[in-house]
Amino acid sequence: MARIWKFGSDVDTDQMVPGRFAPYMRPDADVGTAAFIEARPDFNQNARPGDLIVAEYNFGCGSSREYAVEALKRRQVGAIFAYSFARIFFRNALNLGIPLLVAPEVVANMQEGDEVTLDLPNQQLIRGAQRFALPEFPEFARLILQEGGIVPYVKKYGRFPGEERA
Amino acid sequence: MGQTLAEQILSHAAGRAVYANDLVVVQPDVVMSHDSLSPSIIKVMKSELGCERVKDPNQLVIVLDHVSPASTVGTANQQNEVRKFAQEQGIRLFDVGRGICHQVLVEERIAAPGKIVLGSDSHSTSYGAVGAFGSGMGSTDVALVWATGRTWLRVPETIRVAVNGRFPVGVEAKDLALKICQVLTIAGGNYAAVEYHGLDWLSLPERQTIASMAVEVGAKVGIFPPFGEAMADRPAPDWLFVDPQANYVRTIQIDLGSLQPQVALPHAVDNVVDLDKIAGKPVSVVFLGTCTNGRYEDMRLAADILRGKHISPNLRLLVTPASNRELARASADDTLIILLEAGATLISPGCGPCMGRHNGTLGDEDVCLSTANRNFKGRMGAPTSQIYLASPAVAAATALTGCITDPRSL
Ligand code: SF4
Repeated sequence: MARIWKFGSDVDTDQMVPGRFAPYMRPDADVGTAAFIEARPDFNQNARPGDLIVAEYNFGCGSSREYAVEALKRRQVGAIFAYSFARIFFRNALNLGIPLLVAPEVVANMQEGDEVTLDLPNQQLIRGAQRFALPEFPEFARLILQEGGIVPYVKKYGRFPGEERA
Repeated sequence: MGQTLAEQILSHAAGRAVYANDLVVVQPDVVMSHDSLSPSIIKVMKSELGCERVKDPNQLVIVLDHVSPASTVGTANQQNEVRKFAQEQGIRLFDVGRGICHQVLVEERIAAPGKIVLGSDSHSTSYGAVGAFGSGMGSTDVALVWATGRTWLRVPETIRVAVNGRFPVGVEAKDLALKICQVLTIAGGNYAAVEYHGLDWLSLPERQTIASMAVEVGAKVGIFPPFGEAMADRPAPDWLFVDPQANYVRTIQIDLGSLQPQVALPHAVDNVVDLDKIAGKPVSVVFLGTCTNGRYEDMRLAADILRGKHISPNLRLLVTPASNRELARASADDTLIILLEAGATLISPGCGPCMGRHNGTLGDEDVCLSTANRNFKGRMGAPTSQIYLASPAVAAATALTGCITDPRSL
């Protein structure tokens, strides 16, 4: 079972990992240990692999710091649901293979601490007897996620998604 | 079909006419990265992509500015690693003390009208000040450009900011930048381009202030049409023009005549009010600097207010010039000496305390009035510290009195 961690709107990447906790500043530390270290200490201490983040609008705004996504990846966040995502965060998360879902129904229904099961292959989120249908990923996002991120994608195909074969 | 500036630039790069929402794969003209992320970009390129040499060193620029000079053994070692890498690969590197990446690329004319300039930094929207398509990316995207010379981009739709009039006395470009954040909100420009119209009379530093903050509304780029006196010596390519047939998703109108000094309250960039709503709030630190407001003109404005006076004993004034050239300009006349005699602490050119890493990190109780672009919780240090954003004139007036002050009231 995965736990739901709820967040509000405009959660910026400084909250996910403050600049003082960047790998540059702590080269020997696992950046996963800094995930929400000041903004959500309960998440920082208790999030388990597979847990899910459910936020409202504009999740991941602000700095382009990919180590914010890296920190969530190290904590093995299973997926992030929101009404909307900030641009650079969306791209970074896709690149690192974290599924981001614009899923209003999930956001409106999930409560902090809910225990759920994420069934991505069947595009559903299960809470008790309830099933929430999940949206399809845009085509290019699906292709990247299928390979586990942009690096494995480019290594496999030698090109970017949607790029004409040379 | 008409095209926005972003559509024209991406069409030129893609070799075909593209419009909002198309996906393109392009060779960016310039890709900038700084000390904060270059070590991880090197790691992604070498260990994950298995690539030993960058595709085209001439496409790349590295600037050491975020911790400048190094503050710990760790940052010092990583900077040395980046220096060595740049030398081996033949990549241009601007070392610590040269200045903030976004300032340096404009000074060096590496960012130029019509070019695609990507950076490992969200404030790469700054390059829109000279009519470039400037946009920020994460480390993996930058590593991929290093390795392949290319990247994919979605063509953004464009929001038009139409400005009328001229700044009243005591009101400046920063106030307009903050007003735009208030009107569009922190997410209002997400995925979009912002184009600024009615501002051909604006100077280059003023354009830089406004374009740097395009990302604060979520925008991918914030582009000034590269025309007007400020651009006289930076000619636009002949294919780039303001197309009256261009399609804008939204237009907002701002009248400068009625604009007041603005302040963004903690902890959001769009939490903006007219200064009189917060006047009198005591602060413990005033920070004059950053890619948004660390140029000579900003220091000059502050010096004009502080001339012959001394800052309040209840606060520290931290001045971080955006580059060594801006610092040299400030020391060529009486700007710097006025600031120093007024009690300012001078920090070496670079990002200074903007990210809370060094050179003036805020403590638990600190309240900072900053000329920067972001006031997120804990951005400059302790998570309980507070950051108010305002113009250089407001910063100087506040430094003088110890509390948030309208420069027109002095
Ligand atoms: S001055 Fe601040 S906002 Fe600008 S590049 Fe440096 S850290 Fe980023």
